[in-house]
Amino acid sequence: MASFAYAPAPESRDIVDLKPSYGLFINGEFADGSGSPFKTINPATEEKLAEVATASADDVDRAVQAARKAFGVWSAMPGAERAKYLFRIARIIQERARELAVLESLDNGKPIRESRDVDLPLVAAHFFYYAGWADKLEYAGFGADPRPLGVAGQVIPWNFPLLMLAWKIAPALACGNTVVLKPAETTPLTALLFAEICQQADLPPGVVNIVTGAGETGAAVVAHPDVNKVAFTGSTEVGRIIARTVAGTGKKLTLELGGKAANIVFDDAALDQAVEGVVNGIFFNQGHVCCAGSRLLVQESIQDELLTGLKRRLGTLRLGDPLDKNTDIGAINSAEQLAKIRSLSDLGEQEGAERWSPACDLPDKGFWFPPTVFTGVAQSHRIAREEVFGPVLSVLTFRTPAEAVEKANNTPYGLSAGIWTEKGSRILWMADKLRAGVVWANTFNRFDPAAPFGGYKESGYGREGGLLGLEAYLDV
Amino acid sequence: MSRLAVRKTYKLYIGGAFPRSESGRSYAVTSPKGDFLANASRASRKDVRDAVVAARKAFPGWSGATAYNRGQILYRIAEMLEGRRAQFAEELGGGKKAALEAVDATVDRLVWYAGWSDKIASVHGTANPVAGPYFNLSSPEPTGVVGVVAPEDPLVGLISVIAPAIVTGNTCVVIASERTPLPSITLAEVLATSDLPGGVVNVLTGHQQELAPWLAAHMDVNGLDLTGVSDADLALTCEQAAAENLKRVLRPSPDEDWRAAPALTRMTRFLETKTVWHPMGV
Repeated sequence: MASFAYAPAPESRDIVDLKPSYGLFINGEFADGSGSPFKTINPATEEKLAEVATASADDVDRAVQAARKAFGVWSAMPGAERAKYLFRIARIIQERARELAVLESLDNGKPIRESRDVDLPLVAAHFFYYAGWADKLEYAGFGADPRPLGVAGQVIPWNFPLLMLAWKIAPALACGNTVVLKPAETTPLTALLFAEICQQADLPPGVVNIVTGAGETGAAVVAHPDVNKVAFTGSTEVGRIIARTVAGTGKKLTLELGGKAANIVFDDAALDQAVEGVVNGIFFNQGHVCCAGSRLLVQESIQDELLTGLKRRLGTLRLGDPLDKNTDIGAINSAEQLAKIRSLSDLGEQEGAERWSPACDLPDKGFWFPPTVFTGVAQSHRIAREEVFGPVLSVLTFRTPAEAVEKANNTPYGLSAGIWTEKGSRILWMADKLRAGVVWANTFNRFDPAAPFGGYKESGYGREGGLLGLEAYLDV
Repeated sequence: MSRLAVRKTYKLYIGGAFPRSESGRSYAVTSPKGDFLANASRASRKDVRDAVVAARKAFPGWSGATAYNRGQILYRIAEMLEGRRAQFAEELGGGKKAALEAVDATVDRLVWYAGWSDKIASVHGTANPVAGPYFNLSSPEPTGVVGVVAPEDPLVGLISVIAPAIVTGNTCVVIASERTPLPSITLAEVLATSDLPGGVVNVLTGHQQELAPWLAAHMDVNGLDLTGVSDADLALTCEQAAAENLKRVLRPSPDEDWRAAPALTRMTRFLETKTVWHPMGV
């Protein structure tokens, strides 16, 4: 097979003006944190990017107080005015998209092609979409005058730092709530740049507050008695703890948790497209995607053909510098996550599955894991049951559509699923039977602010996006 | 001399059958004045598990039935209830006029919910105009098996928690009002003769404190309606237990006005949204 040599095509990082240290964003101003600061690093090189403040419980309390105070003004403001602030924010995000994309790739390790072409456009679109709802809430079907909840405490993950911020903040603000948001410990920088954007937009102080720190800071946000609404995206394990914490408090809760999606390929599927879809399904964003298609269910009769095509395609993926515009696979976000991926992959081998990766040089520094495919996987294997949250695909087979449904649904999760077949009635039959919140047919990993996203079963509850995404932030 | 009446044995309702509690226990139910009315079955945690198994077994068929069919069956329940108007009024006790009004309100509530079966998807689903060449539709689907702790109100309250759970395709396990459980079993007789498949509604009588935590902690229950829980500690225990498998929880509202027009919340809390994408092309 011909291999193409690419010259390096790095995106310049000069557009990002990194400060040596960052504070918390409370009541419209940056402030020091009381906890001991932590450093955030570039996972592709392990170089330190900046020091970031840690918010203590007292700092969180100040942020909640600021949000409470701002709630009066913000919720009383005509929806049309709130809308204009959100439109303004959407526009500034578009104006500063390049800077945000580079910063996201630096802090997260994801390829610039993805942060530039997926994350940032979706972030701006999400604010633009919910801005338009702010003065139309009475038409959303939640009553004549639906009311906001108050102060929303929001905790987000590191896989799509700015996009998850947008999914949380845009609908909350549109509905008239104010927020205290905690970004992930390993990826706080774009949230702090977003704080600066709030300042540029002249957003009233206290409407958006950003508190940085680790799990303890998040726990303080969730447990704060003056928070009316908790929204969390992250692991099912932490989601359970949050649901227990919130129990008995009357706080409204939405959770977007883990997944173990089946990507189901039938023998009549357009195979080249299916291969692309499978690759996109699990290797997009290094597999750090809760809705990743981490289980490939392939119809037995085409297993060999599909796997040959898949392996050929994986051989062409380029792993390396996230800022290189030709990079397909970036860095694993943290040493901790890399250790988890390694340990589960080793377990996969121990349990008897066959491991394969393309020839792939890994950089000396940073956190890297090659695209990996396991074949001969049984449903009982841990790599078929647990969320790896990395570029690791488990391949299982099936013979009949009913067996595919049975296997796809055989998981405590229910976030997403994929179907590949040319037969329309089969798509609809499968889509009906799959217990998952998002079903991609002949496509995968598509997102849009107008389309609700969220899970069944232990993948959490509540939806983000679309009209139904408003429900999470209204007193209904 | 007047004829000696043949009394009814009040049993549980599980999987379409009327078994006694496997524990062999019962408890005396009395009128507000303290007169003995009947011995009701006192269900055990094993009965809870049996009921969940029955509800899970009924789920594929009931959720897979057409919305029209589910609406027809709920309407049929209303018809059957109307036919037993006098029996229910007598069992409810109290003033005859008030009792008849309660039965009427129950029938009307059922008719209201019956009509929602084929309309909820139209008002709670969305066609999504995404920024790309994709067909994109979101539709509501039932959550699965819902555990229900019924409120004190023995009939209007009871039907107001059962009907919204099942009309959308969920199946349920109901812990009836502890003090006034008898109408729940008579309602089960109505359900059993209304073409409602066995296992869609399962009714347990017994002690709320004893049964609710098992239902709340059961890993094959997807949703939990705590409406009838008035004890704050019990509510907390149940909600915490429900967190283990991320059950959708409807929090307690023991003082709800059951005559007021309901919101959609009792249906939507136990609905999932499924969004389906497909590319457009030739």
